[in-house]
Amino acid sequence: MIADIYNYLDGNAAAGELSKIFVMDVTAAEGQCAHCGATKRFAEAHLYMQCPGVVARCAVCQNILLRLVNAGERVWLDLRGMTYLMLETPQLSDSLSPK
Amino acid sequence: MWRVGTVVALHNETATARTITLEVRDWPGHVAGQHVDVRVTAPDGYSAVRSYSLASAPNPEGRVQITVERLPKGEVSPYLTQEVVVDDRLEVRGPIGGWFVWRTQQTEPIQLIAGGSGIVPLMAMIRSRASTGGTAPFRLLYSVREPGAIFYRDELQALSDHKHSVSLTYAYTRSAPKDWPRPPSRIDAALIANATWPSNLVPTSYVCGPTSFVESAAGLLSACGNSPDKIRTERFGPTGDRQ
Amino acid sequence: MGIISRGFSGRRSTADVKLPPGQYLTTDFPVLSAGPTPQVPLDQWEFTIDDGTNVLRRWNWKSFRDLPTETVLVDLHCVTRWSKLGTSWEGVSLDTMLADLKTDASYTLFRSYGDYTTNLPVKDLRNKQAWVVFRFEGKDLAPEHGGPARLLVPHLYLWKSAKWVRGMTLMHHDKPGFWENLGYHIYGDPWREQRYSGDE
Repeated sequence: MIADIYNYLDGNAAAGELSKIFVMDVTAAEGQCAHCGATKRFAEAHLYMQCPGVVARCAVCQNILLRLVNAGERVWLDLRGMTYLMLETPQLSDSLSPK
Repeated sequence: MWRVGTVVALHNETATARTITLEVRDWPGHVAGQHVDVRVTAPDGYSAVRSYSLASAPNPEGRVQITVERLPKGEVSPYLTQEVVVDDRLEVRGPIGGWFVWRTQQTEPIQLIAGGSGIVPLMAMIRSRASTGGTAPFRLLYSVREPGAIFYRDELQALSDHKHSVSLTYAYTRSAPKDWPRPPSRIDAALIANATWPSNLVPTSYVCGPTSFVESAAGLLSACGNSPDKIRTERFGPTGDRQ
Repeated sequence: MGIISRGFSGRRSTADVKLPPGQYLTTDFPVLSAGPTPQVPLDQWEFTIDDGTNVLRRWNWKSFRDLPTETVLVDLHCVTRWSKLGTSWEGVSLDTMLADLKTDASYTLFRSYGDYTTNLPVKDLRNKQAWVVFRFEGKDLAPEHGGPARLLVPHLYLWKSAKWVRGMTLMHHDKPGFWENLGYHIYGDPWREQRYSGDE
């Protein structure tokens, strides 16, 4: 069923939530999946927001990249699924354009 | 983080979609393609947050527009499309997003592919280009169920009539206008071959719409030679809503 | 609290019912998922009970469906604040599945197809408190709601009712599952509003 297969959004959908924690834009950040090594922009991650937290999965292997929970007064963040996340300063992202 | 936006204008795009113009105090400006989170709160404190792409071009006046499609089982969209009146206030967080954006400095050919309400952020890009007198080559492939579902119809028509402007192709998936050359169907490889920039021109493509639409369209672009890093995507929910 | 949006009430119903603190009544059935919907062919489906070393019980779909079932009418309380009352499920009681199983383990970790897990004390599974269910409102359980079979433990928040359940591991010490290790309460009693770790 289409609804089952395409039950995800992408990294753009989580950007507002993540802007509470990350000062720099996350959607354009490059991240590496700790499981399969795929390197992609966070905007391309598969996002599951319809659950008691935010779960971002690697578009290639479906392993979890990141999880976030708003637990009342606290925010819990699990970043074990990424080897790295590379964010660009605003000046850099303004000057770069797709070539 | 949350700013107050006051509704200053409302405009029906279709029978089920409405554009809301908000004046947002201290609005920092935005880039075409970005979105905002909108928060609505009931008197008992219950609140809901939804993401909406900005439809308006960047402007210095602190006015932004979102276009909201009313979902049959929606919780927020019926309120925004049917209840909200001028002078109502909504809370807005943003602008959000730095990847699915088009900046006026970009000069390469741009391919826009919209599925349903996915047209919204792409319209911001088209308007941004128009407002700065930009001449970057733009093509738009806009897939809708039927003619009554088209957003910004008159504006798109005027722009595409204009020489050196946006080249516009509609694809109808359920019912097409009389004598339409292509029977109603989803976009396919043939349509991509006919209506989009050839990949050897190395366009940057922006694909937006429901997840299933985006996967299909991005896959088709990739299959005809566009490299993945030149295809930018933004997925709405299966029904077009982000949440 | 945000500014009040004139005229907004959301999709909640008002009714004269007693709900756990902080919950709202809903009439639809939201689909919440942390990942892709597993597609599990019935001829490959299995439910196992292990103790971390040995498999103690194993059912395939046929032997599972041969077990006696019951139909229950229960209320659901999701930690995201919606409650849905009077839902009807058919399934196998954990009392049946744990019958004759000798164990001194006090805790379990339920495992699902996909990577979801959730932990529960053994005593919360016994005495008509838990079922592995496969029908909802008289129809086969849809994949988006956890089909072919999910756990149902209505006295706790719904995240404990693991969808796409595939087995349970008996443990001597409590070990947090998928959400319990990221801020959610280890037990999750909605009537004491135990949403997050640190809640009393």
